[in-house]
Amino acid sequence: MGRYVIRRLLQMIPVFIGATMLIFLMVNVMGDPIAGLCGERACDPATKAQLQQEFGLDKPVWQQYVTYMGNVFTGDFGTAFNGQKVTDLMSTAFPVTLRLTLVAILFEIVVGVTLGVVTGLRRGRPVDTSVLMLTLVVIAVPTFVTGLLLQLLLGVKWGWIDPAVSPAANFSELIVPGLVLASVSLAYVTRLTRTSIAENRRADYVRTAIAKGLPQHRVITRHLLRNSLIPVVTFIGADIGSLMGGAIVTERIFNIHGVGYQLYQGIVRQNSQTVVGFVTILVIVFLVVNLIVDLLYAVLDPRIRYA
Amino acid sequence: MRGATHAKWAAGAVVVALAATACGGGGSSGGSGASGIVRSSWGDPQNPLEPANTNEVQGGKVMDMIFRGLKRYDPKTGKAENMLADKIETKDSQNFTITVKDGWKFSNGEKVTAKSFVDAWNYGASLKNGQKNAYFFGQIDGYDKVHPESGKQTADTLSGLKVTGPLTFTVKLNQKFSTWPDILGYAAFAPLPKVFYTDHAAYVKKPIGDGPYTVESYQRGSQMSLRKWDGYPGSDKAQNGGVDLKVYTDNNTAYTDLTAGNLDLVDDVPASQLKNVKNDLNGRYINTPAGIIQTIAFPFYDPAWNKPNSDKVRKGLSMAINRPQITKTIFNDTRTPATDWTSPVLGKDGGYKAGLCGDLCKFNPTEAKKLIQEGGGIPGGQLKIGYNADTGSHKQWVDAVCNSINNALGNDKACVGAPTGTFADFRNKITNQKLNYPFRAGWQMDYPLIQDFMQPLYYTDASSNDGKWSNKQFDALVDKANAEPDTAKAVQDFQKAEEIVRDNMVTIPLWYQNGSAGYSSRVSNVSLNPFSVPVYNEIKVK
Amino acid sequence: MPESQQPDGAIAGTGAGGAMDLATGEATTLEKTPGGPEGTGPQGKPRSLWSDAWHDLRRNPVFLVSGAIILFLVIISIWPQLIASGNPLECHLSKAQQGSQPGHPFGFDGQGCDVYTRTVHGARNSVTVGVCATLGVALLGSALGGLAGFFGGFWDGLLSRITDIFFAIPVILGGLVLLSVVTSNTVWPVVGFIVLLGWPQIARIARGAVITAKQNDYVQAARALGASNSRLLLRHIAPNAVAPVIVVATIALGTFIALEATLSYLGVGLKPPAVSWGIDISAASPYIRNAPHMLLWPAGALAITVLAFIMLGDAVRDALDPKLR
Repeated sequence: MGRYVIRRLLQMIPVFIGATMLIFLMVNVMGDPIAGLCGERACDPATKAQLQQEFGLDKPVWQQYVTYMGNVFTGDFGTAFNGQKVTDLMSTAFPVTLRLTLVAILFEIVVGVTLGVVTGLRRGRPVDTSVLMLTLVVIAVPTFVTGLLLQLLLGVKWGWIDPAVSPAANFSELIVPGLVLASVSLAYVTRLTRTSIAENRRADYVRTAIAKGLPQHRVITRHLLRNSLIPVVTFIGADIGSLMGGAIVTERIFNIHGVGYQLYQGIVRQNSQTVVGFVTILVIVFLVVNLIVDLLYAVLDPRIRYA
Repeated sequence: MRGATHAKWAAGAVVVALAATACGGGGSSGGSGASGIVRSSWGDPQNPLEPANTNEVQGGKVMDMIFRGLKRYDPKTGKAENMLADKIETKDSQNFTITVKDGWKFSNGEKVTAKSFVDAWNYGASLKNGQKNAYFFGQIDGYDKVHPESGKQTADTLSGLKVTGPLTFTVKLNQKFSTWPDILGYAAFAPLPKVFYTDHAAYVKKPIGDGPYTVESYQRGSQMSLRKWDGYPGSDKAQNGGVDLKVYTDNNTAYTDLTAGNLDLVDDVPASQLKNVKNDLNGRYINTPAGIIQTIAFPFYDPAWNKPNSDKVRKGLSMAINRPQITKTIFNDTRTPATDWTSPVLGKDGGYKAGLCGDLCKFNPTEAKKLIQEGGGIPGGQLKIGYNADTGSHKQWVDAVCNSINNALGNDKACVGAPTGTFADFRNKITNQKLNYPFRAGWQMDYPLIQDFMQPLYYTDASSNDGKWSNKQFDALVDKANAEPDTAKAVQDFQKAEEIVRDNMVTIPLWYQNGSAGYSSRVSNVSLNPFSVPVYNEIKVK
Repeated sequence: MPESQQPDGAIAGTGAGGAMDLATGEATTLEKTPGGPEGTGPQGKPRSLWSDAWHDLRRNPVFLVSGAIILFLVIISIWPQLIASGNPLECHLSKAQQGSQPGHPFGFDGQGCDVYTRTVHGARNSVTVGVCATLGVALLGSALGGLAGFFGGFWDGLLSRITDIFFAIPVILGGLVLLSVVTSNTVWPVVGFIVLLGWPQIARIARGAVITAKQNDYVQAARALGASNSRLLLRHIAPNAVAPVIVVATIALGTFIALEATLSYLGVGLKPPAVSWGIDISAASPYIRNAPHMLLWPAGALAITVLAFIMLGDAVRDALDPKLR
């Protein structure tokens, strides 16, 4: 077990290098970002050259990458085009996004798994059908619209929440945005749980447990759910990364200055320093979450062992 | 809450109004809403907050509040009027003597002198500082040494600038330019305090200027709190206790926050909400012309678009666009159909001439079809209109323009939109002449002169002549106009030049863009200047 | 109990998974003798799990209904004129945002195009993107994820870390970089792109499912009896690991249709004047307050499509689950 964890931690190094290099290259392939800085007017060649030198864009890509990585190891993630340190950007964006992701994941676990268990046990019943309909709505209606409508209803019509999240972005402000962010994933979690539950319901150990006369509640949580959770845990683990980096729409609607928003800004402004910096952190998050998910497999299913 | 101390000017009635807004809102947010403070929407400035480095509206808002230059454009008429300038004199339209008014200070107490200007301009022009508005100093003698086209700069200061006294300096231009003093209202010409050079990092975090407001606090990416500067010597003192600029990720969110009572001013109402403005804001909405014109530019560097008869195709396309219908349906009248190549904010005397385009800008499908046929048809059989997808909602109007052209020509594929993902990429394609199809061009004036709508856009090899159009007659007229000491005559020459643009249909003028803003019942006297920046210092808080 | 769940037993007689021999290291000892390379399950003996499933499916009303909807979608994708003779590109701004009126049952969109015609004609691009991208993602993802989960150790490390790298690419960045160089007018670059960036999710799910499934007693039993790796994977593990993959894939189908719109919006998806549900949904979204009908129909079409595939997935999963027999 310990050796397995160490091996996994060591594997992070090549992934880290591979991912950063890939992202660095991709942002560079997008072309010269300087042209976007001068507005509708063409930058005069001298200013352009000056700015390129200032941001280190005049060197060959590999050299830029090496310099960049060298700086990263000293904790310097470079500077965004507006003169702000990328580390500053990250230190404001990541905590907010972390909170938002936590809220969303909580929704997925609590609401998603509950709905999944209920529908899995009541397949084909009205409750199953209604949840299916809700799922379809969530998939077919863009997050943008769900977010906008909730914002209008709760924020303006009924005045329950502030439509825009304040810079502090407390947990209480993030409940509605978290729900909106989680909505599509909720559909996945619900249906994954439902399928798993429906499948395992007929498994021998469940029959045995019921036959032994264990109370239903205990059968469901202890036996049925525990063994049904592996796909769900896998999905949620994979989802953490996409929620953190891909909450662009939700963050925009609710005025959350988080990772998704900053990453999007970095991409459209073609700022490799911002993009690579943020993605680097995200990659580390993916890797750690993955490791945790794999270790959870062994907890959920004791037959699974890691050498 | 701290703003309360600044609100001594406010009458006792404030309390009533405050109570009223508290009802409208869903509670306070982020500690704003203090008495006398205007809460306004903002976007994160793209560049560091240096006057010669600010080239977009969001940074411009701050510049307009914390800086005053030699001249200021009147928020209503757009006329350049003396601010810090006591007098600007010239005999030959090339050598200017500038006298700065006495008694002006920066908010840190430092006196504004002739040197404050000269040093700031030298800094702005100098290549090594990489200031994006450096070209503004391009008319000053010695610019080519300080900011050469290529290679290293051979001088650090402009030879055309000389301090001749504590409050006087002289400017020598590299050619005659009679209306040059009128460009001095632009933020790039603002004076800078010494601390700008001595502790630059601290300065950019919390800029100091000589305008009616001071920066109280600035949290990058979320909020800037500006407060009234009581020691401000000018006549355009702030009428409110201060302004909180709040960064929004999306203007629609800002609008929603306004309707919920958490914000006082949104200066960019999203197009999709314009239909709701009446209901939501009960008339608290302004929609005023701004110095912005939208056009479709053509790639003259592409031979297919530069044939002898191509102008007929361009004229035909112009006549195939139903402008009034698009500005009404897509933009809800926040755009006005263009009938010339300038902007109504210039005024008649300034060179705006309604109807200069004539029938060529009027929707006429039959004539359009005929002209395009006479001109040899659309090159390649299909018209593409290039735009960038990441900013503005260009897709909507491009699709509408294309549908209009398609309907006029009776061919559902005659015209399609051609989006490019990012603005930077779009600009790269244009400057590298990679686009072989027409593309959207938006021009926001730097200063309200007809010269700014002509020379940078159509003069041979000018900085924003993206289509690379070139016409000797046009160039000659512009040169003549620039040297003309009589403004009225200069304007006439520019208008003659504009007629050449029309006769060749160099770009298709689409519409003049308005500035639009919605505001809360807490504030009054809200207006936008011709640059579509809110006139913050005049806003009154109830 | 487990043995009885495997109709063709672990006796290793009926055909050894045919062509693909995935075995790399272990467990190829006893295997080669009985089945031979060309063994496809003889029909007389107990049916294979897969043909059993097909037998079940044909009787399942859920399958039949979903099949009918999908058939209908396919037909209007190929011949939209059958039910909508209008021109989806004919738009008159004077009619923008107007509601239902004679001849135009769904009203008009923001550009004054007929919503009904556009919804019907949008099926082709949307269904193609949705179905093909989902198929590609599911196949590639479950193949790589399944192998990683099955072999574990070095291969798991390698494949999973590659998955991680692909996971790290932001979709928008990937789209702007990879798709902006494409000039093709078809939907295939978009499909390819979604497959390229979409497979890691399925790979994770498949890997997790395979890791669980391979612990099952019958798999261990089959292995002990000398079943080849390919046989183990295809015969014993795949049917028991396929459920979560189906669930995720059917829902992803809907999100892929929407993703196409994001890419098109950025100018790297379908080239204008392409018609698709995603494009119409994203164009209608900002106007939800004033003209919800513009969103309703394309979103409704998307919902029905996803519903059909979710039902299909459910039916297939049930058919593959021996415990339900």
